[in-house]
Parts: sequence; structure tokens; C-alpha cells
Amino acid sequence: MQLIQANEVQNTLDQLIGKELYLHLETTNGAYANHNNDSVLTVNAYIRNGKVTPLSGKIMGNGPFRVGLKIELGWIYAEGLTHWEIDSKGRLLMAGHDQEGRLAVALQLSSSPFDV
Amino acid sequence: MNDHLLVIFPHPDDEAFGVSGTIAQHTKKGSPVTYICLTLGQMGRNMGNPPFATRESLPLIRQKELEDACAAVGIDDLRQFGLRDKTVEFEDEKGLADKFLSVIEEVKPTKLITFYPGYSVHPDHEATARAVVRAVKSMPELERPELLCVAFAKNSEAELGAPHIVTDISDVFEEKMNCIKAHKSQTQWLVESVKKDPAMLEWVKHERFWRYPL
Repeated sequence: MQLIQANEVQNTLDQLIGKELYLHLETTNGAYANHNNDSVLTVNAYIRNGKVTPLSGKIMGNGPFRVGLKIELGWIYAEGLTHWEIDSKGRLLMAGHDQEGRLAVALQLSSSPFDV
Repeated sequence: MNDHLLVIFPHPDDEAFGVSGTIAQHTKKGSPVTYICLTLGQMGRNMGNPPFATRESLPLIRQKELEDACAAVGIDDLRQFGLRDKTVEFEDEKGLADKFLSVIEEVKPTKLITFYPGYSVHPDHEATARAVVRAVKSMPELERPELLCVAFAKNSEAELGAPHIVTDISDVFEEKMNCIKAHKSQTQWLVESVKKDPAMLEWVKHERFWRYPL
């Protein structure tokens, strides 16, 4: 993955508008967050293969970045995105990594389902 | 005697830190080891800085690491169950226990190593441990393998007492470190701390097990 270049991500998002896509959306502070620090709540959530059709999409901020996608009945939102790539299968992968290289948030869109 | 060791864990690398020395000692004396690994650790967080992996490439990387880790300690019977990281507790427990049971009946292990239910922190560890206990309990008493468990919750020693078995694995230290290093996407920090921290080195040289009261 590379550091996010907002204009490149925006160009990619523009091409996905109106298409039926599969979504991976995730945030995590690690399965051992509370084990490592009693005062921290272990918080993890993910959606694997939500089916969505974005009506519009924007990337905002100066880095880390936010991405918001409008869908028919609501929104898809992620904050803290630092890296992105279009992988070998043409999927848009965006993620936020901390200083130690640990993934904290991910927002991914694909025209075919993600592996489970 | 067929001294077969069966190891059951949910994530590639669960075997590395606490059990791989015991595995290496076992394979070194020519005894067979079967390792059931339930998932590919698809939801691991370490991607590197700069990132060497993505959420989508991580399972492929960890698959290769798992195979290398098995080779490092002489495991030639790796069974991958194809489940997804973080979802083990939501699978049907009896279905999983039955799958474990069919492997137990096939390889007839004398010892079975897994996590200690209630003392293994990660929900996938707990779910795996519960299903293993369920499988073993369903067997006639005389046919059951000895069930040895790894516990690392903070209250483990306070509530379970000292480990029943502490194995010095110095004789296979190199094999164990090679197993840990094979999981490099996950264990870089650990390899560094073993080099720097004498207490950590001592910790790695011993493996601790509690017998589960069936």
C-alpha cells in the first residue's frame, strides 16, 4: 500500500459511483486491547461483503483522511485512513495504520465478493 | 507405542510461543504430531510500517508462514479447517467438536494440546478450547487423550495454581525460534524482545501446561 494521495483516491471513487459493489468495513483496536491495558475497551467491528451502490463518494481531510459514501438509505463512513492501493484484482483497498503498522480501520470496495 | 500429539489452535502462530518447543521435542524423537489450525488469522492487525500486507493479502502471507512454521518444528500433518478469524465462537459448537472428534478417532493421540477454557483471552481461543473439551468429554474415559492446556489470562495462576507441567525446551530452542520467526508478519516484535530481554528469553525457554480436569 502507499500513502494516500487524496486526488487519486477521489478519481477512483468517482469511477465507482452508481455501481453495485461489495464492501469490507472494519475498525479494530486489537483482540488484546483490554488484556494489554485494563482501562481500554476491546472494540472491533467488521462487515464482510455488504452489498452497496454508492450514489456519491468523497475523500476529505489533510491526512489521515475520511471517506464518506452516500447510499440509497444511508451512509458509509470511515475516519483515520492513511494508506491505499488498487490491488491485483482491481479492488480499492483503503486502511488506517498506526505508528507500529497496525491496522485500525479499513474501507474496501470490490466489484466481486471478498474471500471469506 | 504410538505417542501421537494432537495440537488444536484457531490461528497460525498460536502454536509458536507456548507450544512449538514441545512439538519440536516430540517430532525429534520420531513421534508424530498433527496440528489442526482453524483459521488463517485473516483479521490480524500487523501490516508493517511501511505496510507489507493488506487485509486481503494477509491470509495468503499467513498461509505460507504457517507452512514454514510447521516445517521448522517437523510437523508433517497440518489440517486446516478453513474457518474465518474472529468467527469461531459463532460456529455450531457441536459441529466443530464432531470434526475434532473424527480427527481424534483417526490419529488416536496420547496427548492433546489446546487453550484452557476461560483462561485464554481471545474469543476464538475460548471457543476452540470449549469445543475440544466437548469432543474429549464425549469419548469413553479410557480412550481419552491427556488434555494439556495453555492459559495466559492474567488470573490464570491465581485461579488454576501453578502450571502442572513446565517443560524446559532449551534442547530445541533453535527450532522453536525458527517457528516463531516463520510467522514473521506477526512476531517481529517478539523476536526483537527475545534478543534484548533476558526475562523474555527465559520465558521462551519454558513451556507451561495445565491438565484439564475432565
